[in-house]
Amino acid sequence: MPDLLIELFSEEIPARMQARARGDLKKLVTDGLVEAGLTYKSAGAFSTPRRLALAIEGLTAQSPTTREERKGPRTDAPEAALEGFLRSTGLTREQLEARDDKKGQVWFAVVTKPGRPAAEIVAEVLERAIRDFPWPKSMRWGSGSLRWVRPLHSIICLLSDESGASVVPLEIEGIGAGNTTRGHRFMAPDEIAVSGFEDYAAKLRRARVMLDAAEREAAIRQEAANLAFARGWEIVPDEGLLSEVAGLVEWPVPLMGAIEDRFLALPPEVLQTSMKEHQKFFSARNPKTGRIEGFVTVANIETPDHGETILKGNQRVLAARLSDAAFFWENDLREAKAGMADWAEGLRSVTFQSKLGSQADRIARIAALALEIAPLVGADADQAEQAARIAKLDLRSAMVGEFPELQGIMGRYYALEAGLPEPVADAARDHYSPLGPSDAVPSAPVSVAVALADKLDTLTGFWAIDEKPTGSKDPFALRRAALGVIRLLLVNGVRANLGQTFAKARPDADAADLLAFFHDRLKVHLRDQGVRHDIIDAVLSMPGNDDLVLLVNRATALSDVLKTEDGTNLLQGLKRAGNILAQAEEMDGVEYSFGADPKFAETDEERTLFAALDKAEPAIREAVRLEDFQAATQGIASLRAPIDAFFEAVQINSDNQILRRNRLNLLSRIRDAGRLIADFGRIEG
Amino acid sequence: MTSPKDNQTAKPVCFQDVILRLQSYWAAQGCAVLQPYDMEVGAGTFHPATTLRSLGARPWAAAYVQPSRRPTDGRYGENPNRLQHYYQYQVIIKPSPPNLQELYLGSLAAIGLDPMIHDVRFVEDDWESPTLGAWGLGWEVWCDGMEVSQFTYFQQVGGHDCRPVSGELTYGLERLAMYVLGVEHVMDMPFNPPGSPIPLSYGDVFRQAEREYSRWNFEQADTGMLLQHFKDAEAECDRILTAAETDSAGRRIPMAHPAYDQAIKASHLFNLLDARGVISVTERQAYIGRVRALAKRCADLFVTTEAATLQAEDAA
Repeated sequence: MPDLLIELFSEEIPARMQARARGDLKKLVTDGLVEAGLTYKSAGAFSTPRRLALAIEGLTAQSPTTREERKGPRTDAPEAALEGFLRSTGLTREQLEARDDKKGQVWFAVVTKPGRPAAEIVAEVLERAIRDFPWPKSMRWGSGSLRWVRPLHSIICLLSDESGASVVPLEIEGIGAGNTTRGHRFMAPDEIAVSGFEDYAAKLRRARVMLDAAEREAAIRQEAANLAFARGWEIVPDEGLLSEVAGLVEWPVPLMGAIEDRFLALPPEVLQTSMKEHQKFFSARNPKTGRIEGFVTVANIETPDHGETILKGNQRVLAARLSDAAFFWENDLREAKAGMADWAEGLRSVTFQSKLGSQADRIARIAALALEIAPLVGADADQAEQAARIAKLDLRSAMVGEFPELQGIMGRYYALEAGLPEPVADAARDHYSPLGPSDAVPSAPVSVAVALADKLDTLTGFWAIDEKPTGSKDPFALRRAALGVIRLLLVNGVRANLGQTFAKARPDADAADLLAFFHDRLKVHLRDQGVRHDIIDAVLSMPGNDDLVLLVNRATALSDVLKTEDGTNLLQGLKRAGNILAQAEEMDGVEYSFGADPKFAETDEERTLFAALDKAEPAIREAVRLEDFQAATQGIASLRAPIDAFFEAVQINSDNQILRRNRLNLLSRIRDAGRLIADFGRIEG
Repeated sequence: MTSPKDNQTAKPVCFQDVILRLQSYWAAQGCAVLQPYDMEVGAGTFHPATTLRSLGARPWAAAYVQPSRRPTDGRYGENPNRLQHYYQYQVIIKPSPPNLQELYLGSLAAIGLDPMIHDVRFVEDDWESPTLGAWGLGWEVWCDGMEVSQFTYFQQVGGHDCRPVSGELTYGLERLAMYVLGVEHVMDMPFNPPGSPIPLSYGDVFRQAEREYSRWNFEQADTGMLLQHFKDAEAECDRILTAAETDSAGRRIPMAHPAYDQAIKASHLFNLLDARGVISVTERQAYIGRVRALAKRCADLFVTTEAATLQAEDAA
């Protein structure tokens, strides 16, 4: 069983593309091999900035022989038909067999395909994989026409077993496969010949290349932590940065430095963002002061001066960057202290959306809406309005201009500098939240008011100008905004009639359509929480369906009761009552809705049901009025036994029309009781 | 290729030393050492030696310094790193040689950046010039965390696929030299050797000009005139491109280069208008589109002219 080693050695592969490229290489090659009839024990893919590698263990040495029979034309068919068959099979007439078939003699071709050696298959599969490789962006170079992520320099394609290793003959656009690679660009640039994967990985390590990205990540994590520990610091974890940095080096050499004192007054978010975005540094925090005081940069080389020159250079660049940041910060603070009027003025000339006006127009709308929403969320109305007015002013600050991801975070600092109350400043930071489905939801009332107003203004605005999401297109992230509103309402238990709120925000938006959009988003949200979509459908048709808290309480209570045995049986009873009624009403052309009279009851089961309904109906009604849907569903569940017994004992369609009508009217009382809670007809099962 | 080690000599002592070393290094690699283009451009890429010569099939290798103007980057000579007028060093080789990265690293060694002591990295950075209708893939090259060059394999220029592909290297000379020389403020950087009879700093040469141009760029440039010049350049470019191909003597002489000059002019006028803040966000795209349209047509004409010349050469 041979092993296969592939290496595609190129100029530097973008770090962000490496993980996917590993997966793609493995899939393209192993799928191709399997499709050609080979099997293998295991496969592993690796990447460094300059190479993609694949090691396959226990590959079958050749593909199995296959035998295929093909039925041709009848032996008495015209000559042309036979010729066509011979062409398509590649056989001569002498090689065909005549066999008896149902309708006479028919020509059969037996095509035997001998197994092919693995090397031949590997060569084909690898060439195809290289030519079809799904790089997000690829390029040509020199005079060639091959595309790769960056110029491809050499290929290892090596099959090895106990008897030795042999290069798979393969040439793509002048690059022939071989058994050699190169080590680290500077520390070991010479050619290395390898005989198999273990030899390859070991020799690369000696040539200062750590092949496995996971190992490089672990090495960086470990060494950075050690360096920080020695100074009494801790590294601020950042897995995304770690994986990027591991994709930028073949031989990670973490180096630690301190941030100059003059920059320590900068907000930690600024230090962290500047160091990460511009220089791919990890931040080191001093747990005693809580400040970011140091950094770790990861070099790709061991130098005779132990990285001193490199560290000095990096520190110099950092100082220049942080000088810029400090300059922005100080200017911004001055503007903040002066009340941010220039920023507010500046937002007049920034277009939010051509039909929705400037950012200043938008802020005015959000402020008006926040004022309306404040009482619903228990926020101080003046503070909510004030917060809405200042929450987006930091968009004009130099710092957010440089680091857009700091919007809101800077807003909070500047609001505090302007002397605004904490809840107002916090709202500036929090009003963009929640951004994703797992992002934390603000709970401070002022923050909730502004966060809601911001999102509702966006939604109603885009609805008013008819720029709704379609299919996969949602350029203004309106689905995310709607989910944000839903989570803000539900997590904080905010009772609001969305229909009215939409109208207040924007009377020209189609409120019914927007509500339907919310209901769709809500279904997705609740489905993720384990509530079935049919249960949501069953409560959507109930009154007050634009109060999402009410809607969800109803759905949750219903979902809970339907998980019990009483609940499922009750559902059957209600459905049965509903079906019988629907049929009778269809046949008789009337609606049975009132007038059931216990005096026409013939059996105890009927009388028991009357009594049970007399008791349950007011209880359910009261529970619904109090919005105690648990009690309401329990009330209806209490009808399960009497309903079951009733159906068991009583024939509805009696010959006696008075009895029949009375029983149908009794069924309508059951239906009505159910309708107090939900449209049970929509529930499956 | 010469290994970086062989080139290790004493470090450069001044700005011009860095430039001279790059010039002789790339001359030694066989590049034609050209002179700057005599027009206002935003980057070395605009030099016809890059834009036009990266088109078509003829091999090409050139290196040159290009003074570059970016009116919006003016800081009155006060910012340690930002200038509205600065120098780029540009290398363009077509087809891109397989050892272009090694050649590039050799150039760093030539100016005193030994890759065995420094941390030199190729970090993904794709290049795109919307005004030239051009893009390529490559990296920004980091030295100890600082971007010292842009390294690009051109894929498209003026809307034409590059076949063969040119390799382009762009060095921001001031920043690179400041790093090599260990200078904190660009104006403090020695321009000629500090031991010269008349030692001159970068500031001695440029401070006053930076201040004056910053004021003119931001406050004074006559926007009405600039707008008119933009239209004039656009109209002249169009006129040149649509002129009859034969001259008064009946010779076939299409005029891609003069037309391209007008496209360069339009591009710089746009940059000036941008610095004056008279171009709104929505208009911006439209202006860029207008310059791109000119650049594309110049590229079209250059390509057809070159193809015709090659054909004539083949026939001869």
